Amino acid sequence: MAEPALAARGVGFAYRDGHGVAEVDLEVAPGEVVGLLGPNGAGKSTLIRVLAGVLGPYRGSIRVCGDELSGLTRRELARRLAVVPQESGAEVPFTALETALLGRHPHLAGLAFESDRDVELARRALARVGAAELAHRPLAELSSGERQRVVVARALAQDTPLLLLDEPTSFLDLRYQVELFDLLRELAREGRAVVAVLHDLNLAAEYCDRVALVAGGRIVVAGATAEALTYAHLTRVYGTEVYVDVNDLTGALVVTPLSARARERLRREQPAATP
Amino acid sequence: MRAERGPLDRRRFALALGGGALVLALALAAGAGLGAAGAGFGALAPDAPAAARAILWDVRLPRVLSAAALGAALALAGVAFQALLRNPLADPYVLGVSGGASLGGVLALAAGLPAAGLPVTAFLGALAALAGLERIATVAGRLDVLTLLLTGAVFNATTAAAIVIVQTVASREELHALVFYLLGRVPALPGAALGALSLAAAGVAVLLFARGRSLNALALGEEGALQVGVEVESVKRQVFVAGALLTALAVSWAGLVGFVGLVVPHAVRRLAGPDHRLLAPLSALVGAAFLVVADLVARVVVAPRELPVGAVTALVGGPFFLVVLRHRRGRGDG
Repeated sequence: MAEPALAARGVGFAYRDGHGVAEVDLEVAPGEVVGLLGPNGAGKSTLIRVLAGVLGPYRGSIRVCGDELSGLTRRELARRLAVVPQESGAEVPFTALETALLGRHPHLAGLAFESDRDVELARRALARVGAAELAHRPLAELSSGERQRVVVARALAQDTPLLLLDEPTSFLDLRYQVELFDLLRELAREGRAVVAVLHDLNLAAEYCDRVALVAGGRIVVAGATAEALTYAHLTRVYGTEVYVDVNDLTGALVVTPLSARARERLRREQPAATP
Repeated sequence: MRAERGPLDRRRFALALGGGALVLALALAAGAGLGAAGAGFGALAPDAPAAARAILWDVRLPRVLSAAALGAALALAGVAFQALLRNPLADPYVLGVSGGASLGGVLALAAGLPAAGLPVTAFLGALAALAGLERIATVAGRLDVLTLLLTGAVFNATTAAAIVIVQTVASREELHALVFYLLGRVPALPGAALGALSLAAAGVAVLLFARGRSLNALALGEEGALQVGVEVESVKRQVFVAGALLTALAVSWAGLVGFVGLVVPHAVRRLAGPDHRLLAPLSALVGAAFLVVADLVARVVVAPRELPVGAVTALVGGPFFLVVLRHRRGRGDG
């Protein structure tokens, strides 16, 4: 197997109030899409920020393309790893193209202006997220979903072997959710490694090679998507009843949360079948 | 309604700076050539009377160059603090360095020190404020800009109270000097001071240009800037110290000349865009030109008396500020 793009071993980080993440082992190879799933407050975003090098210091070891994260300069790190954060910059005074160009920063020498090639890469990144026509629009005037696509383009313009995304679909409508994940799969085919925090279990089931279920700051279940997304695991991690089935059309798992009404009906109709 | 503006490239950068230099040259010519005493460029003729030559070379030129250096310094300090605080409404005086300077200056006046010592005590006051603010706002090794902003505001309020007390107990003569000092005026700086201020302004313009891409990235937030490879802490500290030093120099020599540091970066941003690599040097040129013209107005409108230039800049700056504010609210992001 190729050298992992990301190798975290025994990683821990604690905020001043003691919350945080602990004992995280996670390895992601080039070509893989790995989903981080789990309930609110489980520590998924914290984990992404620790892995991205913006929260620290951390315990354990995080290797990014072979080198320990804490030993890399910001520039070196930003050439290996790009992040799509949860919040997108409503305050940014730049146009979409200028924002995407910020992704070229780690590749530019001290006083250099962006070259035609940098502008071309930024334009291509915008085009890949379906935002080519937004190039000259100020970011502040875009909708949340449009802005989120521009933030993804900024990360793509960094042209890194590893991509970390924190709930990249939260503002996207159905079409752009699918387009974004199709794009992430395409990036994986190009040999990049992708780690994404996700809320939508069905997107995870369709697109992720592997998933890690996070609860209480730890990875409690990790494995191939079809093996990890089981009724038992999901019910335990999320603390609510779910129904897991296979989509006849796509072959992917389908996870449906069960409402109180549905649970009640199930209890009445087949009391023995409900564990 | 907005003209389509591509990202900054060398051509637009050079064109804009050339335009700014031209505007500054025109302003300098007007400042040196016009005035209540007439004189003007006739003094350049070989047979010009000595008095006319003296007015041009010994009175107006030092004054005009001083105004230019002060204007550039204030505009650059404004750009620096607006980038640091990620707030386009910040000005050189928000962070309390000016409070330290004016307190130092006022105490010197009240203690009856000779006027020549005033800039020195004001500068010392500003440096003390700078050091104190940096210390208070450093939390767990990080310069916390929100703490910096709050501390600056509190510190300014406290020094303002101290100044009022000094004014209350001051004699009439001192009071007049105090009011004039606090309102801001452009003195003809002594050569060494003019040189130091010009060098400092040029140095900070180069620094802000060199850190321009990092400052642009800082608009993504500190975490966003880290993610694209910016050494955020070191950039913040450099920009804070650079802006604070320029503010200290400007305030200690000229008092509180308001609105230059706020209005000029705004006007330049709207004309030339928010990219700091252009915003910083162009604001320096435009700030220099603006203060030269404001000082010209201050010299001639009630000649032979003079208005404090701070009154002129505030008179232009106040309404401009309100227009910008209304425009921002109109866009729904104010």
